Amino acid sequence: MNTTRHTRLSGLEPLVITPDLLFVNVGERTNVTGSAQFKKLIKEDRYEEAVEVARQQVANGAQIIDVNMDEGLIDSEAAMTRFLNLIAAEPDIARVPVMVDSSKWSVIEAGLRCLQGKGVVNSISMKEGEDIFLEHARKVLEYGAAVVVMAFDEQGQADTCERKVEISSRAYKLLTEKLDFPPEDIIFDPNIFAIATGIEEHNNYAVDFIEATRELKKRFPLSHVSGGVSNVSFSFRGNNTVREAIHSVFLYHAIKAGMDMGIVNAGALMIYDDVPEELRERVEDVVLNLRPDATERLLEIADRYKAKKGETITESLAWREKPVHERLAHALVHGIDQFVDEDTEEARQQTTRPLDVIEGPLMAGMNIVGDLFGAGKMFLPQVVKSARVMKKAVAYLLPYIEEEKLRTGDAGKNNGTIVMATVKGDVHDIGKNIVGVVLRCNNFEVIDLGVMVPAQKILDTAREHNADLIGLSGLITPSLEEMSQVAREMQRQEFHIPLLIGGATTSRAHTALKIEPHYKAPTVWVKDASRAVGVAQSLVSKELVDNFMAKIRAEYADIRERHKQRGAAKTLVPLEHARKQRFTCDWANYTPPQPNKPGITVFDDYDLAELRTYIDWTPFFQAWELAGRYPAILKDDVVGKQASELFADAQTMLDKIIAERWLTARAVIGFWPAFSTRDDIEIRLTEGTRHLHHLRQQAEKPVERPDFCLADFITPKEAGKQDWIGAFAVTAGIGIEAHVARFEAAHDDYSAILLKALADRLAEAFAERMHERVRREFWGYQPDEALNNEALIDEQYRGIRPAPGYPACPDHTEKATLFELLNATHNAGIQLTDGFAMYPTAAVSGWYFSHPNSQYFVVGRVTREQVDDYAKRKGWTREQAERWLAPNLDYDPE
Amino acid sequence: MSTLPWRHADRVASLEAALRERILILDGGMGTMLQGHQLDEAGFRGERFAEGRDGQHAHAHDHPGACDLKGNNDLLTLTKPEIIRGVHEAYLEAGADLVETNTFNSTRISQADYHLEHLAYELNREGATLARAACDAYTAKNPAKPRFAIGVLGPTSRTASLSPDVNDPGFRNVTFEELVDNYTEAASGLLDGGADMIMVETIFDTLNAKAALFALSGLFRTRGSRVPVMISGTITDRSGRTLSGQTAEAFYYSVKHIRPLSVGLNCALGAADLRPHVQTLANVSDCYVSTHPNAGLPNAFGEYDETPAQMAVVIGGFARDGLLNMVGGCCGTTPAHIKAIAEAVSKYAPRALSVEKKEAA
Repeated sequence: MNTTRHTRLSGLEPLVITPDLLFVNVGERTNVTGSAQFKKLIKEDRYEEAVEVARQQVANGAQIIDVNMDEGLIDSEAAMTRFLNLIAAEPDIARVPVMVDSSKWSVIEAGLRCLQGKGVVNSISMKEGEDIFLEHARKVLEYGAAVVVMAFDEQGQADTCERKVEISSRAYKLLTEKLDFPPEDIIFDPNIFAIATGIEEHNNYAVDFIEATRELKKRFPLSHVSGGVSNVSFSFRGNNTVREAIHSVFLYHAIKAGMDMGIVNAGALMIYDDVPEELRERVEDVVLNLRPDATERLLEIADRYKAKKGETITESLAWREKPVHERLAHALVHGIDQFVDEDTEEARQQTTRPLDVIEGPLMAGMNIVGDLFGAGKMFLPQVVKSARVMKKAVAYLLPYIEEEKLRTGDAGKNNGTIVMATVKGDVHDIGKNIVGVVLRCNNFEVIDLGVMVPAQKILDTAREHNADLIGLSGLITPSLEEMSQVAREMQRQEFHIPLLIGGATTSRAHTALKIEPHYKAPTVWVKDASRAVGVAQSLVSKELVDNFMAKIRAEYADIRERHKQRGAAKTLVPLEHARKQRFTCDWANYTPPQPNKPGITVFDDYDLAELRTYIDWTPFFQAWELAGRYPAILKDDVVGKQASELFADAQTMLDKIIAERWLTARAVIGFWPAFSTRDDIEIRLTEGTRHLHHLRQQAEKPVERPDFCLADFITPKEAGKQDWIGAFAVTAGIGIEAHVARFEAAHDDYSAILLKALADRLAEAFAERMHERVRREFWGYQPDEALNNEALIDEQYRGIRPAPGYPACPDHTEKATLFELLNATHNAGIQLTDGFAMYPTAAVSGWYFSHPNSQYFVVGRVTREQVDDYAKRKGWTREQAERWLAPNLDYDPE
Repeated sequence: MSTLPWRHADRVASLEAALRERILILDGGMGTMLQGHQLDEAGFRGERFAEGRDGQHAHAHDHPGACDLKGNNDLLTLTKPEIIRGVHEAYLEAGADLVETNTFNSTRISQADYHLEHLAYELNREGATLARAACDAYTAKNPAKPRFAIGVLGPTSRTASLSPDVNDPGFRNVTFEELVDNYTEAASGLLDGGADMIMVETIFDTLNAKAALFALSGLFRTRGSRVPVMISGTITDRSGRTLSGQTAEAFYYSVKHIRPLSVGLNCALGAADLRPHVQTLANVSDCYVSTHPNAGLPNAFGEYDETPAQMAVVIGGFARDGLLNMVGGCCGTTPAHIKAIAEAVSKYAPRALSVEKKEAA
């Protein structure tokens, strides 16, 4: 055979271990023996969350994931099977190979029976003799896996270099000679043991491992050496900084000796050079066993490096000693803008053209950022901070560049130009701004047209700037229709540049079904900011675009095909049938609660400090693409550090928002007598009757489960009782513009986005708080309710507050009636756009229902019959109804 | 296992000699050929199954009622052996070096649809006997062109790594062990009927295939000898992945532990769409590469309408570019397709194995 035999593993995708990989990260967090959090999830049967742990491992750069279920109280075989079957259904996890980890052979076998790819068994050994060892190895071969061989024989686990090498060599000989086991599929684990335990015999353990590694790689160059890295620092548990430093130093030397695989916390690896010098030196003494008092000397300083809760180690300024290029790169990677002007100036003086600074050191730094982000080693908040540094540096250089341009006419080059906009009728822009920042980081010129941008303006701008891409964003459902409109216009006006679609309500399916068919050039849905760069780069690259688009187009064609089949398979019931199956109750014996304060109540300047305690933080982290629930996210193994930093920044800004009165919160609520007539609600006012129109579910359901419509929760007219409906509109965004403008002028996108995200949270908190006061005071049907914030977030109360445009009442145009009833523009300072989006964006509006059985539901798809009926009620044409209800149509209107 | 001796060492030697020399021709579709006979229910049943159940099976009358057998193509091996033999001969006549047994659905799991689980072993044994007899007759006519019978193990109707329940992605309706038992039984029949090699084909889900390979390893070990194993996966759409989500390269790494004679792709797509994935396999695999594509993609009526000439042009291109060691046809292909393909590839050398490439360099 040839001599370049690489280990070739697979999940859904291949993993070929070539020497240029240097070191294969095996994710360790899906291991019940290593992660208390994961163990808890498995023991409590919380498999969905356990799957998320695996996803984060892969997202953080794990090239293989280690799965271990060895715990006395767990049925390990069953847990292994269930977990591996679950992750098999997640393409972004299943793409990497699995390392089935157990000390019990039956568990390993259970795992192997679930793997379609070529995984790794961890581990087998000669602990119980050669026969069992060979029997297991043969099975591993027949199941199709690589194998970790632990240096363990009949006498016990090898601790000295000599024994490690001797046992491993004997195992190798047996495997290759008796079974013809491929040498490249053998991975030695010469046992990593804890050092600095205070016991003298342990002091040389790391050296023994490193030296054994060197010898094994020399003897068996096709095989690999791996180990569970966190063992080595076990005696420093509780002090993560020192532990990470030990791992970093240990790996640095072990990798040099030939260790090419390791079970590590992929997200937390510290760069060797980043270990503070004093700490590194003492750790090195311990790891390499260089002096007898090494452990004491490390202990002396260890406490100083122990991070206190919520606090991070103060940045050392040692990096300021480095050459200017490295300083700029450091500042970019770490998001430090303190010295950016002086460093940029120094770099400028060293170059002939100011543009060279951008195209040289600054772009080099941003490339590092892009790579780290792409590899899941940096998170969005960090990237946005990096972009702030970049922007400031560019701003500093701009006058010099202009001067240069006047002289030479040279304009510099970039990856491409993208015109971005939130479409007409929509005002939401946090996501779009984040994408803009990330694209700028990757050297795209971003022309951001802001919000509520008409199609023609987007197209004219693209023409004028000779743009390479157009990106559309939107959050409310009418924006979907508008995007589809823009796509049609691009086709009609013979555009050929790619169109990117993004925003919370957009989806791959919608793009495939409703946008892509209208535009011949590439049309791609972008899931989130982290995908934006990859998509944009693929689209502007001549080499990549064809393959990339072939894949996307096939995917979209497939979605359309499946949609066609699905549409035919699942039928809706006729409207009359659904109405018969409405929600109802014993209206004769029902007493609708009367509000304590009927009519309208206005709140001009609500106390923000009070609202602060009502904030639901989980969506705040989601806005920054950090996955996890608050408060657990702050301690999350993977994103915890970032989440904590972001949270701290948010608290600091909130303090200022409140103390310096950056924002004003205003609200209006009202209650009116009402009754329902079929799917409408009628409100009797002195100046006339108002109709609130609602849609009804038409799903085929068993008789005991109603097809809901919001009108069902209001007493029907024929019951002859006095029922009520309420409404509210709240905002926490009055006055935000000046502060956003201030940050943007200072090139500080991070703070601008942070402020918008916080205003959104305050508005949501305001809606929550107002609803609570409505239940207790203004409507007053639950005067004694006492729930904490968590219970509020979980909606453990009576009554609902659905918002027009959301699933229970998807028609955004009903906001017009709501605003008229409340006179919300005058009373709360909130405006409605053409597309029925609210401005300020940090605003919430909706209806109050008090019925004890009222609940949230999803209207879902409706038939043409209901659309016609609804159009009649609204006084619309069918086309108007189809336009506003586009996302809910069960049929293709054309 | 790879150290076990060959069951038919002389036949393996002549197969390997032929593989070094030229691109070998596989046969084409079985279903298309059977449709031509327009058999009705009675035609499928024959005498033995005249009542919709197995007249020779002791427990047959335990079944509550008769079962429609039309469509159970594998059963024709027992009820209409002359038709199956005729199909094999038509392909051998067209120039096929290798014919595939009519055993695609001859596993317990698949035959359960007809309450004929108990036939699994017999269908495989008889299927292999028929194919082998046809091959031997043609080899006797022209010993310079030896013919080989490939025992086919199909995918079964279930998938071990995909959940049929959208609400529970962790659910499975078949286990690895059940598949191993099914494949062990089927492969025993194929070996006893005289199959020269075994091909695990139309692999939608690699885990099913791994169960088949696991079964083969065990079977070879208990019998003390082995036959060459061929593997052929299925890329289900233009995304370039198997139904269970693997790329062609990942697929090969998942099955190469059996040290197969060949790896390849068949079904689902026409030759043109398969090309990039066959190219991938040709780049990465240490073994021979095969493909037997459909006659294009199905048209609006579910029929395949790529003509022999069209298909031959595309496959000729594969051969010219050195991608192939074995080639044939799957759904919609006929002896005319195989003849045209055989002619188109005859002037090109087979793909060299990487070891040979190195030695040549």
